Amino acid sequence: MIKIDHLVKNYGANCAVDDISFEIAPGEIVGFLGPNGAGKSTTMNILAGYLSSTAGRVMVDGLNVLDEPLEVKRRIGYLPEQPPLYLDMTVEEYLIFVYNLKGCTFNRTKHLEEICEVVKIQDVYKRVIRNLSKGYRQRVGIAQALIGNPPVIIFDEPTVGLDPKQIIEIRNLIRTLGKDHTVILSTHILQEVQAVCDRIIIINKGKVVADELTENINRVADGNRRYRAKICGPQREVLNMLNDRSDVSYVEALPARDGDAYTFLIESAPNVDMRKSLFYTLAQKGWPLVGLEPLGMSLEDVFISIVDKTGEGERAKKGAAKGRRGRTGTDLEKDIAQSIIDATAEAQKNIAPYSEEE
Amino acid sequence: MFAIFKKELRAYFTSPVGYVYTGIFLAAAALICAFTTIQQASYNTTTYFQYMIFTFIILIPLLTMRSFSEERKMRTEQLLLTAPVTITGMVIGKYLAAFALFVSTVLVSCINFFPLISYAIIEKSSAANGAHVGPVGGQVVGCLIGVILIGACFIAVGLFISSLTESQLSAAVITVAAIAVMILVGVFNQFIGVAWIRTVLDWISVLSRFDHFAYGLFDFSALLYYLSVAGVFLFLTVRVYEKRRWG
Repeated sequence: MIKIDHLVKNYGANCAVDDISFEIAPGEIVGFLGPNGAGKSTTMNILAGYLSSTAGRVMVDGLNVLDEPLEVKRRIGYLPEQPPLYLDMTVEEYLIFVYNLKGCTFNRTKHLEEICEVVKIQDVYKRVIRNLSKGYRQRVGIAQALIGNPPVIIFDEPTVGLDPKQIIEIRNLIRTLGKDHTVILSTHILQEVQAVCDRIIIINKGKVVADELTENINRVADGNRRYRAKICGPQREVLNMLNDRSDVSYVEALPARDGDAYTFLIESAPNVDMRKSLFYTLAQKGWPLVGLEPLGMSLEDVFISIVDKTGEGERAKKGAAKGRRGRTGTDLEKDIAQSIIDATAEAQKNIAPYSEEE
Repeated sequence: MFAIFKKELRAYFTSPVGYVYTGIFLAAAALICAFTTIQQASYNTTTYFQYMIFTFIILIPLLTMRSFSEERKMRTEQLLLTAPVTITGMVIGKYLAAFALFVSTVLVSCINFFPLISYAIIEKSSAANGAHVGPVGGQVVGCLIGVILIGACFIAVGLFISSLTESQLSAAVITVAAIAVMILVGVFNQFIGVAWIRTVLDWISVLSRFDHFAYGLFDFSALLYYLSVAGVFLFLTVRVYEKRRWG
């Protein structure tokens, strides 16, 4: 549906988007993730035809944005970061204006009614936009993007400034839209992408640093590699025993105690399930295992280390130190981040160089 | 394009700007008409139209100041530029809206001629046979066309300036200055001694070309001049947007 090919955008000497390539299949919901100023909005603006690229090619539905801008724009509904609303119009007037602007031909009343129902703005239909709350304005902005039923919908930070209930509603809405639209949304909230997107593209410093299906990332992060174990036994000996095991890559005694049980943080070696053998060993030694709790990994930390690793110099180091946020254990997150970065870099390398002739 | 035209025209009257503009225009026109014709006991409307052009220094910026600067400030231009409308279509839609409002006020201001005509009818009955009494039709129509063309020119200049800035106020101030210069060049060039400078300024001057209309002549070269000035500034406005896209 969408093909971005070696896209570059320079603002003077400043490079906002630096050689980005990816493809999006019809019906996919893709999340653009990245810190502020990473190039998310610029990429979306280029896709929507608001900005032009310095180099590279953007194809929507097989049409080049530069060659057939109007046809491409007809296929895209776009909600910019700040919803483009005329404050002195009523919602009705505004939506009718957008309807006319997009040159739609189907039944207007019915179409607008349907959209208002989807985004739940019937109550404010006759009100002046200036008097609406942020949440309603955002919804009117979404309604605007949906007019004309475009196959591609682009949302730039759709949930910023909304209350938690509204955020959930908008997320549900986006998921519903994803059933018959291709949706691209940008955000810097990780949970949001995790909650609604099929695929995550992380952009940092104008480059794609990670491009992975959400389920893959979730699977990696849920992988049972880190546990909290409660063992009744002499703390030092237990620690030594665990340290000697080949299927344990890291052990740490935690200060928490539960009755006469000591708490340990254990990380298993990759791709090994050491739970059963740990149980038998402890049983043999006569140190009852009273608790074994898998600790999921924090995607947040994976994300932060991806961003840190792909950043540069001082800032990256500082960020990395902060990124740990006092967690214990080894840098599993960093390993995962690195593997995602490497996989993406490898995939990016394999993208054919862009040629004008095609 | 038509959607933008309609929206713009509507916007003039959902904000005070449109009312302020029409109000000042009609009031000023009526005053000028009273002072230049009735008070002078004259049927010659040339001075009336010439003074009317001076009011454009204030009036045209009212029409054009918010056109693009407001869209840019409120980020609504993102909607227009990502909609299936060309930049040219957007600029022309906005231009036509301002122009339509302008032409309608000029036409409405023609009610100022009713007192003149009614005076003329009364006087005619007592005048010598065959003598023409009242405003000269050709002259009035010529002046109206001239005024409308000059307005068309100034609106294009105003829109161009509006597209350069995010602030309505600076758009207004710069437009006032620009239109004032375009008009005053013609007034002051008679004080310049050097002949060639005078020729150049005369060529730039918007007013010098108006004189032909004031004689009731339809000057084709003037028509071409006004239309091309308007065209050039509209083209420049489109370029401003193109450039910003690529910048």
